[in-house]
Formats: sequence, C-alpha cells, structure tokens
Amino acid sequence: MSVTTTRRRSGTRIESRRAAAGWLFVAPVIVILGLFLLVPVLMAAWVSVSDWTGRGSPLAGDTGFVGSANYEALLLGGGLPTQDFGTSLRNNAWYVFLVVPIQTALSLGLAVLVNRQLLKARGFFRTAFYFPSVTSSVAITVVFLFLFSASGAVNRLLAAVSADGPNWMSDARGVVHMVLGGLGVDRAPGPLADNGFVGLSWWDWLAGPSVAMCVFIIMAVFTTSGTFMLLFLAALQAISADVDEAAIMDGATSWQRFWRVTLPMLRPTIFTVTTLGLIGTWQVFEQIYTGSQGGPAKSTLTPAYLSYSASFLSGQWGRGAAIAFILFAIIIVLTALQRFALREREVPRRRRFLPPPASRATGAAPGPVPVPDPGGRP
Amino acid sequence: MRTARATALTALLTGSALLVAACGGSGFSDDEGGGGAEAPEETSDAGGSLTVLIGSSGDAETDAVTSAVDAWSQESGTDAEVTVASDLPQQLSQGFAAGSPPDVFYVGTDNLAGYAANGSLFAYGDDLENKDDFYPALVENFTYDGEFYCAPKDFSTLALVINTDAWAAAGLTDADIPTDWAGLADVAARLTTPEQVGLTFGPEYQRVGVFMAQAGGGLVDEDGTTAIADSPENVEALTFVQQMLKDGVLAFPSAIDSGWGGEAFGTGRAAMTIEGNWIVGALRNDFPDVKYQVVELPAGPAGQGTLQFTNCWGIAADSQNQQAALELVQHLTATEQQVAFAEAFGVMPSVQSAAEDFRTAFPEMTAFIDSAEFAVGMPTAQGAVDVIGDFNGQIEGLADADVAAVLESVQTNMQSALDAQG
Repeated sequence: MSVTTTRRRSGTRIESRRAAAGWLFVAPVIVILGLFLLVPVLMAAWVSVSDWTGRGSPLAGDTGFVGSANYEALLLGGGLPTQDFGTSLRNNAWYVFLVVPIQTALSLGLAVLVNRQLLKARGFFRTAFYFPSVTSSVAITVVFLFLFSASGAVNRLLAAVSADGPNWMSDARGVVHMVLGGLGVDRAPGPLADNGFVGLSWWDWLAGPSVAMCVFIIMAVFTTSGTFMLLFLAALQAISADVDEAAIMDGATSWQRFWRVTLPMLRPTIFTVTTLGLIGTWQVFEQIYTGSQGGPAKSTLTPAYLSYSASFLSGQWGRGAAIAFILFAIIIVLTALQRFALREREVPRRRRFLPPPASRATGAAPGPVPVPDPGGRP
Repeated sequence: MRTARATALTALLTGSALLVAACGGSGFSDDEGGGGAEAPEETSDAGGSLTVLIGSSGDAETDAVTSAVDAWSQESGTDAEVTVASDLPQQLSQGFAAGSPPDVFYVGTDNLAGYAANGSLFAYGDDLENKDDFYPALVENFTYDGEFYCAPKDFSTLALVINTDAWAAAGLTDADIPTDWAGLADVAARLTTPEQVGLTFGPEYQRVGVFMAQAGGGLVDEDGTTAIADSPENVEALTFVQQMLKDGVLAFPSAIDSGWGGEAFGTGRAAMTIEGNWIVGALRNDFPDVKYQVVELPAGPAGQGTLQFTNCWGIAADSQNQQAALELVQHLTATEQQVAFAEAFGVMPSVQSAAEDFRTAFPEMTAFIDSAEFAVGMPTAQGAVDVIGDFNGQIEGLADADVAAVLESVQTNMQSALDAQG
C-alpha cells in the first residue's frame, strides 16, 4: 500500500492524503453501487408513492405524488389488487415455510454425509450434489415441466406403483385443503370463512401450497441444497477433530455428538443458510416466470412475479414498486426475527469458552463463514 | 453464489428498469413533440429508418410480415427492420419508459387503454385512407376516449368445430347441426361416449363468453362505463354451461388430458369444440387426418353471438418518423396485403373488402368470417384483463360453483376497474 509507506512530519497532511487515496480506491465501487443499486432503489421508492404511468422519466414534472395510495390499494383496498396480493403472499409464505426447513435439513444431511472419512468417492458425491446449483434455473424449470406433465416421467413412475398422479402443473387445489377434504372438512367453518387478512379469508390462507406449487417447492429444494451443503461442509471442516475426540472420551454416542457438539457449533452457519434461504425463497421469480406465469388459478403467483406483472404487463408501475417494498419489509422483519431466535443464549462465563480455541466456528457473533472455492475442492 | 445473485437480480428488477427510464427520459425530453397531452402532430425525420416489433405466432407469420415490410422499404426508400419480440408487452413497456420505443408494433385490445391513457400511442386512425373499410366492431375495439387509435391488423372469431366422423357415427346428419342451446346440449349428449366427450372448450371467459353474448349479457355495457356481469342473462348462460358440465356432455380440456380445445378435438377425446380460426392451421399441422366441419355457433335466447379477438398496428407517440410509419401501416393493412397475410398464416383480414377473397381462398373458414356480423369484442378498459383473469380462475371450478356468487365477484371487480379508469 503506497499510502502507508509514506512517513512525513506533518500528520494532518498525511491524514488528508490518506483519506483522499482511500476515497480514490473506493470510488469505483461507490459509483457502481450508487448507479446500479442506490439510485434505482431511490427511484423505485419514489415510483411507489407516485402515479407514474410508465411513459418517459418518472422524475419528469407530470408525475404526481399520491402518498400511500398504492400501498393502501394493496393492503386495505379489499378489491382485486388486494386479493391478488394476499394470494401471492399466501402462496409464497407456504413456499418459504416448506422450502427453508427442508433445504436446510437436507443440505446439512448431505454435508455430514460427504464429510465422512469413510465414504468412498467423496469427490464424486460432492460434485454431484453441487451440480444442480450451477445449472441455469430456467433450464431446470423446463426439465421439471416435462417431468411433471400429465403423462410425464413422474406420473409414469407413480403409475408403475399403481398410484394415480395428479395433473401437476394444472392442479390449483391446496394440499392442506385436499387433506382436510379427505377427512370430510370440505367447507370452511364459519369463523374461518367470514374473517380474513389482506383480501383472503383465513380458510383460503390455510389452503396450503397448490399441487403446482409443490413442483416448485421440490425444485427449489433440489437446486439450492447443493450450495448450502457447501456452506455446511466448510463449517464442518472448520470444527477441529479434537472436539469430537474429547466428546468420544466423555462417552458420548455419535447421535449425542451430532446434536450436542456439532450442531451447536454450526449455529452461525445455520443462521447464514436459513437467512439466505429465506431471502431467496421470498424472491422466487424466474421459475414462476418460465414455468407457470402464476397459474393455475393464481396458485403459483408470488409477490415478485406480481410486482413484475403489475408493472410491465398491467402498467400499474406504482403498485408494482409498492409490492417490491412490502416484500423488502417482509424479508427484513423475518430476518430480524430469525436472528433473534438463533441468538446466542446467555451462558455462564466459565462454560462459554469450553471449546478449544481451534474451533473458530463458535464465535459469539454470527458472522460470515468461509466458503471454500468450489473449484478447489470439488 | 446462486442465491446472492438471485437476490441482487430480483432486488434490482424494478430498479434497473427505472434507471433505464431515467437515462432515456432525459434524452426524450429534449425531443420536440414529446408531451403526451399535446395535439399529435406527425413527426417526419426524413430518411430515418423504422423499427417494427411484432409478437409472432411462428415462422410463417414472421416471414410474411418481414417480406411485406421489405417490399414496402424497396418501394418507399425508407429502411425498416422487423424484430420478433420474446415478450411483447414487457419490451414495449421498457421502450415507452425509456422514450425509445419501436416505431410500429402490435397492440392487443387489453393493452390499448393503458398505452393510450399514458400517451404512448400516436392516434392515427382517422388519417387512414381505408378507414371506412375496417369492420366497425374492430374500429370500436381500438377506439379510446372517442379517438380511433390504430389500424386493426386482422381478427379471429369463435365458431363450433365438429368432427364429421364422430358426427356420422352418432347417426347425426346436417339437419341436426344445432341452431339453439337445446339443440347443442342434445347433440353433445348424443356424441358423448365412454371414449369421447361431446363438447370441450377452455375454462375461460374467452370461450364461455360466447354463451353470455348469446343470452344477451356480457361483462361491460355498450358505452363501457358500467359493469353488467351479474345480470340475469349471464346467470342463465353460466347455468346452461354448468348443466352441460354436470351432465358430462361438456368437459374442460384439462379434465380430458389435453392442453387446449384443439388438442382434445384433434386426439378424438372430444367430438366438438369452440375455437377460433387458428384451429385450422393447428389441425393441419398436428392432426392432418381429422375430418371436421366449422359451423356458426347456435343462437341463444337473445340470438346469435360470438367473441372476437384482434390486434392492431400501433405507432409510437415517440416515433421520430410517424409519417413513414403511417405509410407502412397503410401498406400492411391494404386489401391485397391482408389477403396475402391470410394465405400465409390463416388470419382473417380486418377490412371488409378482403372478405370475398378470403371466402374463396378458405371455403372451410367461411363460418368464422360470417360470424363477424354478430361478434363482440373483449372489454378494453384498463385493468379489465386482471378481472377476466380472476374470472377465469373461478370458471375452472364452475361445475360446483355458485354461479350468482361468481358473477357477483366479477361485477364488483369489473366495476372498480371501470371506476378507477374514470
């Protein structure tokens, strides 16, 4: 660093020179982030409180300020925009609710598997599990559409075991409703039907993901587990073998060692994985855009896709931007909640530093976990 | 990392479009004739080239449009380039926001109101030389706020397509071709066998709407300001459709393992379907052995009725060369050019003077063009497309639905869409 090598008497001059050099070095990043992130975000924020119609610049004089009208139309209006937004929230909430736990558990399981010293061809399995993550999601969506078509491979497989597969991508029935229907509850109990939230009755909120949405859920778990497996693998390898050995000496079974020793040490990684999973699943877009465009019967509509269709297809730019900001708020709030739930609980001071210093993963604050270069250790 | 990239992508979705808008916006405000509210005055940037953006149905359409535009370029000396859009409404939206839209492009009836309201379209309809030759119902589809915006490109209507082999096998003759609802339900019942259903069509307003038209109903009244979705006529129409569903003589395509009516009809899973003239090309390509006959839809309590679908040639208000664009559109909608398009990819000409040529060239399609007389268009109000989308979702479950409640929700949504338009 040229800045640090200079040694002059006048401290202030050096200080200001250093500051100038510092600004010079970060300038490209500031310009790029500002131009492609900050300015668009601020403009989108303006559009969400404006009546911009989509022609010419939204900053031009003829665009008016409408306050919270766009937000009110989405959250309180009660009309079609509210119903659509409520439906998209419902669909996406079920998607997140199922994808995040399953992908976290599956990727942890895979990581533990390929981390075993005994497993033969570990390199092959690591590559195989990571492979879906490096494939284009559009390509995977198209393959899944073929697999889950009415006479596709999945239904043939089900037919081979004498099960009748549904017409996956055109089945809008909610899974929970189907189960309840099977138990004889096919009409909403009064209070559930009459009350609701964001334009949907509670009964509709409880519908569960539609059969079509289940295809996207399976796909999301399939494509993202590899990436998260890599994160868990890195964290597992950062745990010193001494810790495990000490636990063995204490007489812990392998099951106890996993739950009581390994898992607590993975807490920061679990936080990273669930946070990334939460953000990624709330923003699901490409799969919907290529796969279903929100159908059948709006059962795969998500806020991100609704934001796109409201803006680009219906020309309701203010509403589209407002959806994006509500989505942003939802993600922030849920991440904060999750951070609270996964916080380090108060532990007596002397027990706190029990694990040997070699295990870096036990740091109090959840921080970023080193990710190995995928090319380096396949 | 995938997730991180997806995060950035989605977060920037609206944002980056707006940035484009911001960059383009400043350039556009320097141009003269920009403001949407000003009286449109043709721009003519002599020698400037034109870009034409189309949403093509396939190679046949792309080639036909390209060669027609090339021919015009040769003749007029103005360069023009045809581009096929992968997502037409999105590409147009970006162009309008950036102030650099294509000069000439397809506009659907559901987008017209939005584009016209924000001043993106150049209203040139009254300048067309062959203005009076277009079918009046089509002109009405492209009239917004009393102004005729753009020239109808072509159009389609719905008619009843009958599998003649199945018809004969059921012992039916020409005398049995249905002329009213009772007749339709009767032949549908007689054509229904364990292997085939009598009638099929997609679960959407774009098909079910024909019965509403035949009953004298619809979604929006004559002057397009009041929703009439919950009228007794519509209840009667949907109840009739629901009855056929319950009797098992009508099935939606997804219930008989098909993607759309044409596929169900071609594979023999249905003996009759209600489709538009595009089915002729589809059957020729995918099911060349199926023998069929196209007849006008039966009349309902209020007489005959069908739906029509159409696109127009939009010209951008921000186009630098509207004069040349208008000449190009004039060329593309001329009678002989429309006949050529009809022959190339089976669309129906939007001008009445081409109807005779069309009947001669396609005797099997006369029922479609004859239906133009009693066809009604889709509602064009801004937001109507969302209402219809919601309605379609409810039609999927029509068999067990409470017809009055369905129409009531459509009434509420449609009225609020119309009110929002003001």
